[in-house]
This record gives sequence, structure tokens and C-alpha cells, in this order.
Amino acid sequence: MSNTGSNDPLGPIRGPKGEQGPIPVPGEGKPLPIPGIPGMPGSQGAGEKPQKPRPAQRPARKPGPGESDSAFDQRVRERIKAYPGTITYNDLIRKSKRDSAILIVLMILLAAVFGASIGVIVSVVFGHAGDYAHSYMTGTTHRPADPKFDTATGGSSFDVFGSIAPILPAMLIGGLVGLLVGGGASVWSFYGGANAILRMTHARRISKDDDPVLFNVCEEMAIAGGLPMPKIYIIDDDSLNAFATGRDPEHGVVAITRGLRAKLTRDELQGVMAHELAHIRHYDIRFSMLMATMVGLIVIVSDGFLRAMFYSGAGHRGGARVSTPGGGGGGGGRGGGAAIAVIFVIAIILAILSPIIARLLQMAYSRQREYLADAGAVELTRNPQGLASALSTLACDRAPQKETANRGTAHMYIVNPLKKMRSSGQRKSSAFSSHPPIDDRIARLLALLR
Amino acid sequence: MPTGTVIAIIVLVLVVVIVLWAVMTYNRLIGKRVDCDNAWSQIDVQLKRRYDLIPNLVETVKGYATHERETLEAVIQARQQAINVTSDAMHAAEKANAENQLTGALSRLFAVSEQYPDLKANDNFARLQEELASTENRIGFARQHFNDSVGRYEQSRMVFPASIIAGMFNFGQREYFTLEETAQREAPKVSFS
Repeated sequence: MSNTGSNDPLGPIRGPKGEQGPIPVPGEGKPLPIPGIPGMPGSQGAGEKPQKPRPAQRPARKPGPGESDSAFDQRVRERIKAYPGTITYNDLIRKSKRDSAILIVLMILLAAVFGASIGVIVSVVFGHAGDYAHSYMTGTTHRPADPKFDTATGGSSFDVFGSIAPILPAMLIGGLVGLLVGGGASVWSFYGGANAILRMTHARRISKDDDPVLFNVCEEMAIAGGLPMPKIYIIDDDSLNAFATGRDPEHGVVAITRGLRAKLTRDELQGVMAHELAHIRHYDIRFSMLMATMVGLIVIVSDGFLRAMFYSGAGHRGGARVSTPGGGGGGGGRGGGAAIAVIFVIAIILAILSPIIARLLQMAYSRQREYLADAGAVELTRNPQGLASALSTLACDRAPQKETANRGTAHMYIVNPLKKMRSSGQRKSSAFSSHPPIDDRIARLLALLR
Repeated sequence: MPTGTVIAIIVLVLVVVIVLWAVMTYNRLIGKRVDCDNAWSQIDVQLKRRYDLIPNLVETVKGYATHERETLEAVIQARQQAINVTSDAMHAAEKANAENQLTGALSRLFAVSEQYPDLKANDNFARLQEELASTENRIGFARQHFNDSVGRYEQSRMVFPASIIAGMFNFGQREYFTLEETAQREAPKVSFS
């Protein structure tokens, strides 16, 4: 592929490159006025920063149709104020890493709780524990049909643990199975998933002769991060986007759409490539696949079991076991039935809510990783302006990338390929969006320049 | 169980934990030190890449810019000088100085080449210019990565419990790559006269 676009591919490089080496010189980072934001106070919070920002070659915001520039700038300016003046990319990296670690732990806990709930539902609906619960609900006392079951729990059914003993093993087994299946599926998705997305997006691998500038920019970033050179793919799509995949840095893949490649200057391209390499460097692909697999499993299992419960459970109730009259269950059966009934109801609620909670956690995680990759990109380029400028170019692009992206792959891109910024749409940060609002991302980057 | 046995077990467990921790810390420090060495050799790789590109460039320019003998000579000479300086921690400043001379000579060459439209239109020249500009960036980023690696090594060497291990096994200090004199930090002057 030749260098697309109207501008000379070598144009941006002839700038004053030599004089601003990317070597961090502590204390040398003079605060710069931010060109894209008129009236931005350029000289405040001149704390020591590890990065030495290069002067921008383009304003941070290019005029786009629809929304007025001043409104966007105003919003960015407001958001910048939320960050302390002395903030560095290291602070941002630490914060995002901590937040996403918490989210992973929450997700694992959710999987365990969900597994336990399913265990309860299974044991109540399909097993003998249901007889206890049902006996409580209908006010009659039943005796389980299975004598083995009776001897196992009969003696200890007066205390609380004893009363839920019939469902306890199922709960534990369910929790364990939830963890194991989730883990196993994640391992499987590691090895199979990376190439699937490349096939889905019709990305095509390019070599250095096809686009030397793109290759050089990418290799510069790989050197800055001490990473092996990733494979580079071009997506034949005029929309503006990029993504990274590959389970570890040795299998790293960076893909960029033809449209975005043509539109960016060298500095902006560097920012985008650094963002993608930061994803690879932080093993984001691995973790987001793990998250996606867990969410998928929870959704499928929850759906399946709730359906199974309603259909077969209803038939079950009307069947023989319910009408089996019991002789000597006694008070123990009744008390156990109450506890089991309560747990059963909670389990159903949890099973219904789990998929929603799982998706919320997944999206919150995805947003944290985007912030992390942005901060990690600055760690590589030491030039927040490049990525900020590229992001505002991306914000202007409103054509959704319908043909080569879908909901399953949306979280992998640098900006959400399906929901492009509408005149006011991007402003609200939904708990269900896979990417943080783009103006907040730009604000975080520009906050580093102060 | 007698008290003696309990104490013995506790002591044993403690010893095992401490030994495990020491081994892990030692290995981590080794890993970070190797990272520093790797990062340092990456700088050399990029410097060498520049040396290798220059003869090609000189040949290309020679064919078009026949009146720029001096500028070309300066580039060749600066390259030779830079190659001659050994690249190790001892000669870091000297090396950086020689490399800066080379950067300056190259900038002058690219500046004069602006006067030759035929040269600028040459595909090979354009490609070499891109490669050399990228190599400048690579050198810079390789140095940045070296400093990042040294920073990570220094931090894990100096934080408290690990510092005991570092002291026991002589994990010495690593120097950052810095350009000592302010003159070197500035861009090489490009003269259009």
C-alpha cells in the first residue's frame, strides 16, 4: 500500500525533530500554552514532570461539523480542572492499574457468587432440596423420596447450617464450577481469539515497503517501550479507528484503518501507535478477553438456567414429587425449608442480576484500560499533545464503522467504532459504554501539559 | 503437640518464607539489571543503524549535489569519529558528543539538499531521509527506554526490604544517561550561509 492521503508522507518529519530528543530531562518540561484551547492558562502548576512535552504542530481540536468548537473546548477546559496541576502520567498509570485490579477481583467474586446461585437453583429445582422449600411454601410437610438424602441431613437439620445443608454442596460445587469453567474458557480464548478479530475486520498484513512511515513510527514506539516489533495490519475502511490484539507482546498485532492512517500527522500517528502498544504492554488483550469470556458465560448460563427453571421447574412442581405425602419430616424440614426458600429467592435474583452486573464490571474495566493506555502512550512518547490531537480528530469522525466492527469487538478499538460522537451524545458517560468520554480523555492528556 | 515442636515448625516456616522471598527478590533484581544492559545495547543498535545508512546517503547525494563536497566530507568524517569512540558507560559523554557532531553534520547535509530539486524528487533520497529521521527518533527513544529501565532498577534496588538483598549481593548503582553540558542539549546549529 502506498502512503495514502494528500499530504506528503515525509512532510511532518522534517520538522524540528533533532532539537527535541525524547530524553526526559527532569525539571526541563516548561509548561506550554495549549494551542487548541484558546485562553487556556498555560503557566500554572509548573511542577517537576518526567516528560518533556514537544510543542504541538497542530491545534488540539480541529473544527468539525455539528458541534461548535467553543462548546467542546469549554467542556475540555472544565474537565482539565478536575485534575491536580502536578499530575504526571505515572499518577494516571497507577490509578488506572489499581482501579482495574479491583474490577477484576469483583468480577471473579461475581463469578463465584453466580455459580453458587446456579448451584442453589439447580439443587432446588432439579434436586430434592426443592421438596423442603416447597413444603414450606405450601405449608405441608414432605418427606424426600430418596432415603440416602434423608439420612445425610436428617440429624442436623435444626441449626442454620444444617437447615441449608441440602443445598450447601450444590452451592459450593456451583461456585467452583463457575470459577473453573470461567478460567478454562479464558485460557481457550487466549489462543484462539487473537486471529478471529483480524479475520472479522478483513485486516490485511502489510510489510515495511508498503508504508515505511507507519512502520518506522511503530518501531520507534516499540523501542521506547522495550517491546518486540508488533505485526502491522491495515483495515480497508474509510472510518477512523485502530486496535491492538495478541495475547502477549511476542504476538502483538496493531491494526489501523486506511482512513485514520491517511488523516494523521506523524506526531498524531505516534500517539495512536503508542496507545495501541500500551494496550499490548499492559496485557490488556488478555485481560479483556478474560472479562469478555466470563461475561459471555454468565449471560449464557443465566439465560439457560432461568429458562430451564421456568419450564421444567413448573412441570416438576405439578409432578409426582410434590404430591408425595411425607410422614415424618417434622419441624426440621419446615425450618430448613424456610432458609432454603429465602436462599432460593436470593439465588434467583442474583442469577437474573448477574449478567447485568457482569456487563457493568466489564465496561468499567474497559474504560479503565483505555485511560491506562492513554497514560501509557504518554509514557512512551512523552508528548501528550500528539495523542490528544489524534483523539480530537477521532472525535470529529461521525461515520460509524458498520462493516468491520460489531459489539463483540467494539471494546478493542481506540474509540468506540459503533457510537461515534454525536452533537452531544458523547458527553454523557454511560455505565454501559466501553470507552470513556473522549473529551475526558483529551482533558486528562492536556492536564499533563500544564 | 509439645510446645517445642510448635516453635520448631513456626521457625521452619519462617525460614522457608524468608528464603523464598530472598530468592525472588534476587531474581527480580537480576532481571531488572539485565533489562538495563539490554536497553543500553539497544542504543548501540540504533547508532549502528545510523552509521550503516550514511554511506548510502552520501552516494545518493553525490550524484546530484556536486558542489557540496565539504558538507559530505564533514558527514563522512563525523561518522568515522563517532564509530571510533568506544561505546560503554566510561565513554558515554564522549560518545554522546561525537554522535551530536554527526547529527549536526547530517542536518547541514539535509539543509543544503533543499537547494537541489532533482535530489529531493529522488525516491531513494526521500526514503533515506525518512529512515535517518526515524533513526534519530529511535536513538532518542532507546535512550529514554534505557533511563526508564535504570529508573525501575534503581527503585527496586533501593526500596526497603529489597535493599537488604541488593546490599548483600552487590547490586550497584546504575547511572542515568544524561547530556552533561547544556551545549549538547541544544539542537545543532544549522547554518545556511
